[in-house]
Amino acid sequence: MADGALANVKHIVLVLSGKGGVGKSTVTTELALSLVEQGKRVGVLDVDLTGPSVPRMFGVDGAQVHQASTGWVPVYTDETKRLGIMSIGFLLQNKDDAVVWRGPKKNAMIRQFLQDVAWGDLDYLLIDTPPGTSDEHISVAEYLKEYNPDGAVIVTTPQAVSLADVRKELNFCRKVKIPILGVVENMSGFVCPHCAECSDIFSKGGGEAMATEFNVDFLGRVPIDPGLTTLIEADGGSFVDRFTQSALYPIFKKITAKVVANCGDEVIES
Amino acid sequence: MSRGLPVKKPIAGVQDVIAVASGKGGVGKSTTSVNLAVALSLLGKKVGLLDADLFGPSIPRMMNLKGEPDIVDGTGGGADEQNSWPSRTMRNAKISPDVGIPRAAKLLRPLTNYGVQCMSMGFLVGDNAPVVWRGLMVMKALEQLLRQVDWSGLDILVIDMPPGTGDTQLTITQQVPLSGAIIVSTPQDVALADARKGANMFTKVDVPILGMVQNMSFFCCPNCNHSTHIFGKDGVIAAAKEMGMSILGDVPLHADVCSTSDYGKPIVVSQPDSAHAKVYKQMAEATLAKLQARS
Repeated sequence: MADGALANVKHIVLVLSGKGGVGKSTVTTELALSLVEQGKRVGVLDVDLTGPSVPRMFGVDGAQVHQASTGWVPVYTDETKRLGIMSIGFLLQNKDDAVVWRGPKKNAMIRQFLQDVAWGDLDYLLIDTPPGTSDEHISVAEYLKEYNPDGAVIVTTPQAVSLADVRKELNFCRKVKIPILGVVENMSGFVCPHCAECSDIFSKGGGEAMATEFNVDFLGRVPIDPGLTTLIEADGGSFVDRFTQSALYPIFKKITAKVVANCGDEVIES
Repeated sequence: MSRGLPVKKPIAGVQDVIAVASGKGGVGKSTTSVNLAVALSLLGKKVGLLDADLFGPSIPRMMNLKGEPDIVDGTGGGADEQNSWPSRTMRNAKISPDVGIPRAAKLLRPLTNYGVQCMSMGFLVGDNAPVVWRGLMVMKALEQLLRQVDWSGLDILVIDMPPGTGDTQLTITQQVPLSGAIIVSTPQDVALADARKGANMFTKVDVPILGMVQNMSFFCCPNCNHSTHIFGKDGVIAAAKEMGMSILGDVPLHADVCSTSDYGKPIVVSQPDSAHAKVYKQMAEATLAKLQARS
């Protein structure tokens, strides 16, 4: 068993795409919250250094990171401490500051995030990544090798322009030998709240077809829910308390169950 | 490789260079770049489009361009003989050794469609081949995409930037004098947070921001005409006001924008009388006005 900060983490799951803006952070957030609901202890590591969305999604924007003797303490969403977050977003003086770093500095930060955060005992560590196949991804793949990550959840939207990039990501995973836990097709259809007509704003079905093509699991199709943005951004309280109100909640419960099963873990019916 | 601070050098054969950027992925930078470039061309300008996203190059698909660029003789100057890293890398990545980035004094000829000269990493690597490169190689490849392309007498070069504020953004802002940047965002907070970072980065390196584009502002149901603000309402308009920037365009969501991008016929060309085409044409006119005001 490897030493270090990740020694007591049972399952490590990366959330990847190749494409930006398909919903990696949203999927990471929903997965984390569904897992916590099942009684799991979850950590979320945001390695998107130039566009860290995770703090905002969990309503902990502006929180500070403290040091303990065991390392950096993750930001917990509540007193139960079942959901801990680490992101560069917490380390910025001003949240509008741009992190304009070249590769070596990014790699050093990611190494610190993986080695110096006192995660403690976790059932799941979810790692939210930026789009592409560059420094962040190469570093994460390298540093995680000794910890045998369970695999990657790949997020895409249905359209060809996204799939083109996501295919590259799938090939990247094959190259660095990260197993694929499955594909999520996000923003798959929009149901008009007025007349219930479904419009395929970002095309349809491409994610499932690609999963078949690469012989990996299709985890599910997530439609566009205009209420999601409202729930995340509403004043007062946080998405953590409100996420069960989203129309997408039952869909993500099913996706989480499949991810848990593919990690070889026991699925708890709640 | 030269030492010391990087020196900004204009791109040969190009009058004005504008960057279409965000900080956020997936907000429509490529869609905006493509339609803006074509709209500028329809206004009579000689336009080029450089796809600076080496990892997820979307321009070839959106402009319906495929194939390997020709290599032509340049007038000399540019990279030195030792500067062939990306070429070797391309060979390692099983790209044809006859293509890849040429050595000094050889230039890549852009591929042209809809009146716009284009260059992209997508023309140089296989469709599904991931470009698994650290920052240093990205920098080298970018330098050559910037300096070793045979742009023939362009009025405007539009650079479609990748998401983030990393190596690509640094390399381009340090090495190319930019006439301006256009920041694209969708209305929601999570996108705007990153777009602000992108804007701040340009401001910090003294690149003028020509304005912001609010993309995917709302969706009009084709069945009942009901409008839904899927990604929030007018966030970009508010942010632009707060930062003292103009709005160059407000683009609603429409399934046709996605499908025309996928099929490689930008909406400005495939539906020239549509509301969307109008927005992009107005965006082109506003962009030209801003560029003229600055010169």
